Amino acid sequence: MPLRLLKYALSKEHPAPRFFKAHETPKKSYDVVIIGGGGHGLAAAYYLAKDHGITNVAVLEKGYIGGGNTGRNTTIVRSNYLTPEGVNFYDASVKIYEGLSEELDLNLFYSTRGHFTLAHTESAIRTMRWRAEVNKHVGVESRVVGPDEIAKACPQLDLSCSGQAPILGALFHAPGSVARHDGVAWGYARGADRLGAEIFQNTEVLSIDVKNGKVCGVKTNKGYIETKQVLSAVAGFTPRITEMVGLETPIVIHPLQACVTEPMKPWLDSILVSGSLHVYVSQSSRGELVMGSSLDPYEVHSTRSTLDFVEGLTSHMLDMFPFLSNVKVVRQWAGMADMTPDFAPIMGKTPIEGFYLDAGWGTWGFKATPISGKTMAQTIANDSAPDLIHSFRLSRFEDYELTGEKGAASVGH
Amino acid sequence: MKLLNCPINGTRPLSEFIFGGEYRVAPDQDSCSDAQWAAYVHNRNGSPGDKKEWWYHSPSGTWFIAERNTLTDKVSRTYLLSNANLNPALESAQ
Repeated sequence: MPLRLLKYALSKEHPAPRFFKAHETPKKSYDVVIIGGGGHGLAAAYYLAKDHGITNVAVLEKGYIGGGNTGRNTTIVRSNYLTPEGVNFYDASVKIYEGLSEELDLNLFYSTRGHFTLAHTESAIRTMRWRAEVNKHVGVESRVVGPDEIAKACPQLDLSCSGQAPILGALFHAPGSVARHDGVAWGYARGADRLGAEIFQNTEVLSIDVKNGKVCGVKTNKGYIETKQVLSAVAGFTPRITEMVGLETPIVIHPLQACVTEPMKPWLDSILVSGSLHVYVSQSSRGELVMGSSLDPYEVHSTRSTLDFVEGLTSHMLDMFPFLSNVKVVRQWAGMADMTPDFAPIMGKTPIEGFYLDAGWGTWGFKATPISGKTMAQTIANDSAPDLIHSFRLSRFEDYELTGEKGAASVGH
Repeated sequence: MKLLNCPINGTRPLSEFIFGGEYRVAPDQDSCSDAQWAAYVHNRNGSPGDKKEWWYHSPSGTWFIAERNTLTDKVSRTYLLSNANLNPALESAQ
């Protein structure tokens, strides 16, 4: 038994170690202010300190860390995208994720399961082939497989889907994984805190000061902070922040819902996605089935849940797994997805000097947490975006150079 | 929002309707700059608040305007598109 555990046996005091210091009042000024204490913002703070030695950084979180979309996604990590730019970017993220538990000294329950995107139509097979070839070209392990291989990996799956939508094949992506999403936020928070960044919870940004096209400060509910560099990493709240600096973007907000069942013995090893049935499902390390579906069909700035969603999703789950009919759904929730027209993020510099955007993460943000933190830290430190995120720049819309990733969205949205 | 009032067919379940995005006015394509046109094509008013939106009643093929708050999801009124409806002040002045 490690000595640090033994000492608690001899002492009557058992203090739980804090993950990060509880700062109350921000200082008068910081080199960098990060708005949003989700995975992306905290990762950016961590890499700013670790890779670039920039430690005079404040992370401002309006609620509690990891309480937004970081803690609301279905935790899937994959890189089987459609464009070479997307595949390269998400592959870099998967590679960091694979060693992240060790780097952050926190068990993220990162579990590589293999990821099947099921095809029920000829046109879906065509997209799967396209994605597989792009993936292989970039060096990512994806291939098209037939029903036999799917049945071998998941014998519980009804390949005919109740006769409604027989499965013709799938895109198999070996590195597909799941992880503890809140652990990712907490791990990065502790790492950033240890290196000197300050994290402020319950701290809301009320306005951003811009003079002569340059950022000069941020007004919060805990006072005014002088800074020349601001990173907005707030997902579903992005339009409210960009409105503060008068920046127009294509982002619109739609709720994205998810739910979990009661825990069961482990039976589902793989991550399964069906675009036609609008389902993605994996089994968590606690035994719950974690399930998600497509976006809500219209714009709402809310995390409300609907019965329509859970009825639609579970009926499609029963097409795939009829034996689940007696299993109970125990929780459902929603996050606000910041959608872009090309299903790619918006990252990097903006026309306002010192205002950086890490946004447009729609339904694909969790898997990108490490690499977006790393590349945004690079962008802030050098005031120049690295090549890896060039295709995700805000000005791509003005240039009509969109990065079409809609075909790689997990389900038809 | 579970029900929506179609100006032709009355109050119907939301599942009969399709969201068509915000009502927007295109800039004059002959006189606007490339940047203005690109902004019109791609950019949206994504922040929450009262908006005029296109909605479509699918069974009857009716496009109409709904005024809805995107934060509270409450619809204040729905009507068929006409100049008078979009400018109530103008209407009352006539």
